[in-house]
Amino acid sequence: MSSRTDFRYPEVVETPSRFRNPIGKYRLHRTDDCIGCGRCVEICPYGVHVAKRGVMLVKHAYRCVGLDCVEPCHKACPQDALSLKRNLDFEALGDFRWTADLLASNWHMAEFGRVPVAGLEYRTGNSGGGFDKLRLILPKGGSGAAPETGEREVDLSLELNRRNDGAHRVRIQLPFYGGGMSFGSVSISTMLSRARAAEALGTFCCTGEGGFPDELIPYSDHMITQVATGLFGVREETIQRVKIVEFKYAQGAKPGLGGHLLGDKVTPSVARMREAVVGYPLFSPFPFHSVYSVEDHKKHVDWIKAMNPKALVSVKVSTPTDVDMVAVGSYYAGAHIIHLDGSYGGTGAAPDIAKKNIAMPIEYAIPKVHRFLCEEGVRDKITVIASGGIRTPHDIAKIIALGADGVCIGTADLVALECVRCHNCESGRGCARGIATTDPELAGLVDQDWGSRRIVNMYLAWIEELVRILRRLGMEDVQELVGRTDCLVHLDYLKENS
Amino acid sequence: MPEKYVIHTKTAPHRFEPVTRSGVIAWEEGCLKCAVCVKTRCIYHVYDHRGLNGHQMIDSVDNECMNCFRCVQSCPKELIHKSVNPEYKAVGDAYWTPHIITSLWSQAETGKIPVSGAGYPGPFSGSGFDAMWTDMSEIVRPTRDGIHGREYISTGVDIGKKPACITFNEEGKMGRELSGIVNIPLPIILRIPSFGSFTHETVRGWAMAAKQLATLLAVPGGEAGTDLDDFAGNLIPILKYPPLEGARVSGKYPMVEIEAASAAGAAQEETAVPGTFTVVTMALEEGIEKKAMELVKKGFSVLHLEGSRNGTFVDNPSLPLKDGIKAVHLRLIQENVRDQVTLLASGGVAMAEHVAKAMICGADAVYVDFPILVALECRMCRRCVKGLSCPVRVEEASPEWVARRSINLMGAWHNQLLEVMGAMGIRDARRLRGEAGRAMFFEDLDESTFGTLGELKEGYELE
Repeated sequence: MSSRTDFRYPEVVETPSRFRNPIGKYRLHRTDDCIGCGRCVEICPYGVHVAKRGVMLVKHAYRCVGLDCVEPCHKACPQDALSLKRNLDFEALGDFRWTADLLASNWHMAEFGRVPVAGLEYRTGNSGGGFDKLRLILPKGGSGAAPETGEREVDLSLELNRRNDGAHRVRIQLPFYGGGMSFGSVSISTMLSRARAAEALGTFCCTGEGGFPDELIPYSDHMITQVATGLFGVREETIQRVKIVEFKYAQGAKPGLGGHLLGDKVTPSVARMREAVVGYPLFSPFPFHSVYSVEDHKKHVDWIKAMNPKALVSVKVSTPTDVDMVAVGSYYAGAHIIHLDGSYGGTGAAPDIAKKNIAMPIEYAIPKVHRFLCEEGVRDKITVIASGGIRTPHDIAKIIALGADGVCIGTADLVALECVRCHNCESGRGCARGIATTDPELAGLVDQDWGSRRIVNMYLAWIEELVRILRRLGMEDVQELVGRTDCLVHLDYLKENS
Repeated sequence: MPEKYVIHTKTAPHRFEPVTRSGVIAWEEGCLKCAVCVKTRCIYHVYDHRGLNGHQMIDSVDNECMNCFRCVQSCPKELIHKSVNPEYKAVGDAYWTPHIITSLWSQAETGKIPVSGAGYPGPFSGSGFDAMWTDMSEIVRPTRDGIHGREYISTGVDIGKKPACITFNEEGKMGRELSGIVNIPLPIILRIPSFGSFTHETVRGWAMAAKQLATLLAVPGGEAGTDLDDFAGNLIPILKYPPLEGARVSGKYPMVEIEAASAAGAAQEETAVPGTFTVVTMALEEGIEKKAMELVKKGFSVLHLEGSRNGTFVDNPSLPLKDGIKAVHLRLIQENVRDQVTLLASGGVAMAEHVAKAMICGADAVYVDFPILVALECRMCRRCVKGLSCPVRVEEASPEWVARRSINLMGAWHNQLLEVMGAMGIRDARRLRGEAGRAMFFEDLDESTFGTLGELKEGYELE
């Protein structure tokens, strides 16, 4: 990896939706009374209106910020030919965790590489607890904009190896990397889009459990390969190819339950990769039947180190009551990274009962683990990665302030590729939008150049936002924020006098 | 897997189209008649076999649409839209949410566990059972793989007088202590809901379901007529006070249910309904643990805590059922009588997770009432309470269909119970009772994690 200083983030390349009609919050209607004066084109700061051969068109209604607009076109129109309406499609989108506003703002970031200036709540969702009730405390006044001169750049990079044990030194250039999504659960274009974005941004992306497709070999220096309970696609050469190997003990979407790839998704290429039979469902059992103690777990870590002595080992676990003990046990077994996957995230198919009820949300687990590792005196020897419901740069800042070093992102990547969260990833031919599918026709809907640009853009917007937050906090390095709970308030406990 | 752990489900199609969360609005006016219309490219082919259900005047598109938004986003004239269905929002109420009701419909139809992709979409937490999470095991504790049949997980529980010890006679035969125990393969007893547009034939359907599931069905005394004698071994008649119809039911049914007031009047258990062992129903009110102890002292060994329909205390809607169960459970432990008593709970048990959570709080088993009505497509609209017609004509459903839908629902719940227990590494439902240490409670976690995050100093603002 590059050193701390010589890395440069890529430039934003504006990358619009692959659909003709992007979904926005508002719709603008133009009547025949329009005389083509061009006033709307002139005043709209968002490029909603376009003049084409003397005719004014509502070309990009999805960019309209509606009631937040400082100079609304429908009021300025001399002919009263424009009317603003809520978009009913928008209201049919989204849920408590990923509101329509969050979806649309991540789409905006994936297109333009910056956060939406108005009209959309891009920082929090509507789940009524955890991240959505936590707020950052920032000093009044400062804009967080880049200073003219003098001050140092804000450093977002994160060293993943803190053990000094001779393994690779791996520094990622932003405090997040891509979570595991297997070949089979998502298409090869989706995997390549994510891998290319990870390379461009100087971070990593994980193969998930399902093998290491040859197409990803050029990105090996930016790939994490996963060893999970089914051991699908795990080979000596895949372990030796990478700098980071992840053991998946459990996953937040279905903690304590195995994985299940439906028969329909086991296409010939998936079956070959997983050394399985076409059309038959594949179960990843739960748990690793070779691990029933921390000592067994150490055996696992040693097994990887025998094959690839310089590899970093990440241990991905879920969030049970004794998550703190699991974390410290992983450290003593030799892990470099403890990756806690909270119960509300996940991208793959899972029983609804598991998603909602089993294991605790990440917002509770991270402070508990951080505190315990501190008390044990090993906090600075292991990297703590959080995942499971992290949707925005604000979520990242909040979870770092609660005690994580960095985070892992899954769903947001898919949203950048225009996932609408219809929750049908698992059914039939898979994702109708070509993201989570192995159906060749559907997978063709996502072009990897387009996909990687979208993900890069979204991450660039997140980076800008994180830098802005850190500047306002007066910090020069994202690691200064770790465990700084004094930078947070929870609205339910906000004292009245403050 | 042994037969007793399996619930055989079989699709039981709906009679009425389920209400969907959103509908498709597709305008015809302005249509360009494109050679390759986006509607022909729907991967679910919803437009291909589009039809109007004349009986309900519902366009089949609404029910088949999978919300991928591809047609919405591709029509060159932007003529296709999705819109939230106001009828969906009107289903049920704040507790029996549209989400719960539609999920119960689909489980009753297919017998399958609800599975979906893309993470959890719901609120962070809520009241009652929504304010707790169940535990899971990893690395240092084994889980149990019950769902794929690789390990046996028993969901059976015992109801009745549990002796402190068993004795053997001179021939080495066991004494009679276990005669007062009924073992059911699911920690669920069915119960006729307090309202609904059902008939005696519907009750027969539910009795058939109880028999096939080898569990019990609590029915109002008046419904337990001789025509249901085939199912007598699975029925618990609920007897009104006064007078107790004890003599009539004696010996025929595994147990009877009486109200706490009748029980309080009896000198001791034997005199309440002679010859039959009794479930005593207590309205879940503040101070219930004291009343429960009084009944236990009189010899009653099966107590039923009856909460409100919304899973709360009857006299205080701000107190959840789970707290009432906990209070009684802990009191019984304190008094050293917990193992002699069977604690049943009811009221607001609406989802499979509620069964597991009620047990973790201390119940031995639960009564399930309204879900078996919702399984019959009930929308909890309560028109029947006002004497108006039922929109889905529950009263016309055949007993066989009623039984099938109820069995399917319980089959789906059984599998979900296996998921929760498997993740916890518990392989016997009797061990789930009172395992509060294997659960996480909002009231413990939230304040201890965030309670100190309330200071906003001068000169600072929130973002």
